[in-house]
Amino acid sequence: MIEDKLLRTVWLAAATTMLVVSGEIALAEGASDPAAVKSEEGKYVDQEGNPTFKVAADGTVDWYTYSGYRRYHSECHVCHGPDGMGSTYAPALTVSLKTMSYGDFLSVVASGRTNVSTSQENVMPAFGDNPNVACYMDDLYVYLRARAHDAVGRVRPAKHEDKPVAYTQAEDSCMGKR
Amino acid sequence: MRKVLLAACLGAMAAFAAGSASANDELNKMAQNPKDWVMPAGDYANTRYSKLNQINASNAGKLQVAWTFSTGVLRGHEGGPLIIGNMMYVHTPFPNKVYALDLSDENKIVWKYEPKQDPNVIPVMCCDTVNRGVAYGDGKIFLHQADTTLVALDAKTGQVAWSAKNGDPTKGSTGTSAPLVVKNMVLIGISGGEFGVQCHVTAYDMKTGKQVWRAFSEGPDDQVMLDPEKTTEHGKPVGKDSSTKTWQGDQWKIGGGCTWGWMSYDPALNLVYYGSGNPSTWNPKQRPGDNKWSMTIFARNPDTGMARWVYQMTPHDEWDYDGVNEMILSDQQIGGAERKLLTHFDRNGLGYTLDRATGELLVAEKFDPKVNWTSGVDMNKSSPTYGRPKVVDQYSTDKQGEDHNNKGICPAALGTKDEQPAAYSPDTQLFYVPTNHVCMDYEPFKVSYTAGQPYVGATLSMYPPPGETHMGNFIAWDGKTGTIVWSNKEQFSVWSGALATAGGVVFYGTLEGYLKAVDAKTGKELYKFKTPSGIIGNVTTYEQGGKQYVAVLSGVGGWAGIGLAAGLTDPTAGLGAVGGYAALSNYTALGGTLTVFALPQ
Repeated sequence: MIEDKLLRTVWLAAATTMLVVSGEIALAEGASDPAAVKSEEGKYVDQEGNPTFKVAADGTVDWYTYSGYRRYHSECHVCHGPDGMGSTYAPALTVSLKTMSYGDFLSVVASGRTNVSTSQENVMPAFGDNPNVACYMDDLYVYLRARAHDAVGRVRPAKHEDKPVAYTQAEDSCMGKR
Repeated sequence: MRKVLLAACLGAMAAFAAGSASANDELNKMAQNPKDWVMPAGDYANTRYSKLNQINASNAGKLQVAWTFSTGVLRGHEGGPLIIGNMMYVHTPFPNKVYALDLSDENKIVWKYEPKQDPNVIPVMCCDTVNRGVAYGDGKIFLHQADTTLVALDAKTGQVAWSAKNGDPTKGSTGTSAPLVVKNMVLIGISGGEFGVQCHVTAYDMKTGKQVWRAFSEGPDDQVMLDPEKTTEHGKPVGKDSSTKTWQGDQWKIGGGCTWGWMSYDPALNLVYYGSGNPSTWNPKQRPGDNKWSMTIFARNPDTGMARWVYQMTPHDEWDYDGVNEMILSDQQIGGAERKLLTHFDRNGLGYTLDRATGELLVAEKFDPKVNWTSGVDMNKSSPTYGRPKVVDQYSTDKQGEDHNNKGICPAALGTKDEQPAAYSPDTQLFYVPTNHVCMDYEPFKVSYTAGQPYVGATLSMYPPPGETHMGNFIAWDGKTGTIVWSNKEQFSVWSGALATAGGVVFYGTLEGYLKAVDAKTGKELYKFKTPSGIIGNVTTYEQGGKQYVAVLSGVGGWAGIGLAAGLTDPTAGLGAVGGYAALSNYTALGGTLTVFALPQ
């Protein structure tokens, strides 16, 4: 329980920071160029330092994109539809992620969102307390960013890079594996 | 007409006061009147059969829309209205409105009920904010709201008579299913299998809303309300701790086994029947054991709540094949002997026929030939694995283990049939079954449990069976032999409850929005009409002013609104989105309309 609270606090703080940092950029041009400029132990980042995808010429995807595919289809697809395509009651993230910044993404996933009007009642729960989501925010973001930019298709990525050692360590500590 | 109804209600109340009759006597009597539709499935036996025959195979082609009604809600509309005398009661998905319409006065809204519910319950409802309808008894309309409030409304005024809290949505419990009124009680299940809820069926006193009994799907014997000596499976006592010893540690406390399907009742045997859902999580490796009594048919005595017999159809579920689908009660001859039967079309793709008095398993056969996770059920009574399905290793997500993508499992998690109820016609002695024709890849992996958060633990993708382009079938099934008599292909899953009638016409809806009428004997299409939105509601019929009407709610959504709205994944991408892979969104959009049909004057 203590770990959960901590986790949430960490994510909320991170989300808030990212909002401030990316706020101006988001205003200027929406979501930024997703091209990977460098890799840090299997994690690719764009020119602004945000996590991004990397798809090799032969279709091999980075570990985060692959992991994000799996986590998405466990935790998110029951509302947002297969492959981020949307459903009758939640938006298509392949569209949302075209304009949504990394900071906004983290914030919405961690804290949830309520969008209730006369014609719709869309409510996204807060996942900051849920390690199955919170420990995989970057994976989900990278996968959905790849989907939004048509870098990966609707099927399970056939080939992927190996799971990075640093990733495994971070995952184990986040998921509380002892 | 109205006076007659009032008199009937008053009569029923007087009878209650005298303590000489119970609600089910009254309801049973009312259900005999084919002009009405007094409970969600039409009758206690869940046959969804009507004796009305004005609309028949020779004139069904002339059907027309008689009137329509917008519910004002744009989510998935499951279930269907009740019709009692000149009144129709229409329910909606969240926010769970109920409208009372006067059919004798231009379908005017007599009253409307709209509860105030915390919208935070919305995302806790896995797979849309559906509701499967209301129940009637003792002059009240009973509604199980999304936030698990069970509310009793005065059928004449809509005033709240009482309300009871059936669960805690902040821990993942929600209300989606329709109640069943039995004797002086309202029985209701609960949803939350993807949130690790220990699910239950609860009986509430119809007069006061006070809890009478609560039976969990898993846990110690007293919680499951089993008698180790008297409760049987396959004729043998289940023994002590039959549930807890099939779970690791206290995993049963977050074991799921949710009860969001339909309930039926046999007044003569005094047994209530329902099924329990999947064990939580979807990762079978994380919960070793049979996980009893998830995936189980329960027969309970409604007076005491105690289970008479049980049958676990899918021990140690590895695919999310909830066992909640309806139990249809019929009396038919098997082997020359008249039998009291229970027929159940399970998510796992098997159609079961049991003796409903004893729980004896008579038939277990695939109702879609593509079902491949099992080679069949062991029917050898002397075998130690009698009644268990033989699991094919290749499709065992447990045997293949975590982080392994198991390909080509049929059916998909949404089952060969989901909650959409089948119908049974005593005229043809056939069951009319709306089915899904979808397969999947399934990859389980480790998840951790947090109260009130999804507890899923598997990734899956769905597609039509290899080489096929249609995702649904509407079939006629002989429950005595376990064989398909005829089968109509449908482009999308058939997610609408069927209706069988004495006119020899069977009705169902499609996800594109068609209301279809087919010949009960042959399946030949007699009529179709495209309603404003996709149909996941159940077809109902009633008579008013000497005329037979057929009513159905349209409003696409539910699980069908997730997987199919976007179109399914084509595992051989590059061939293009054709046939079965086409998106439902190309055919229909959100809606919420009751469409009512009749023959022209």
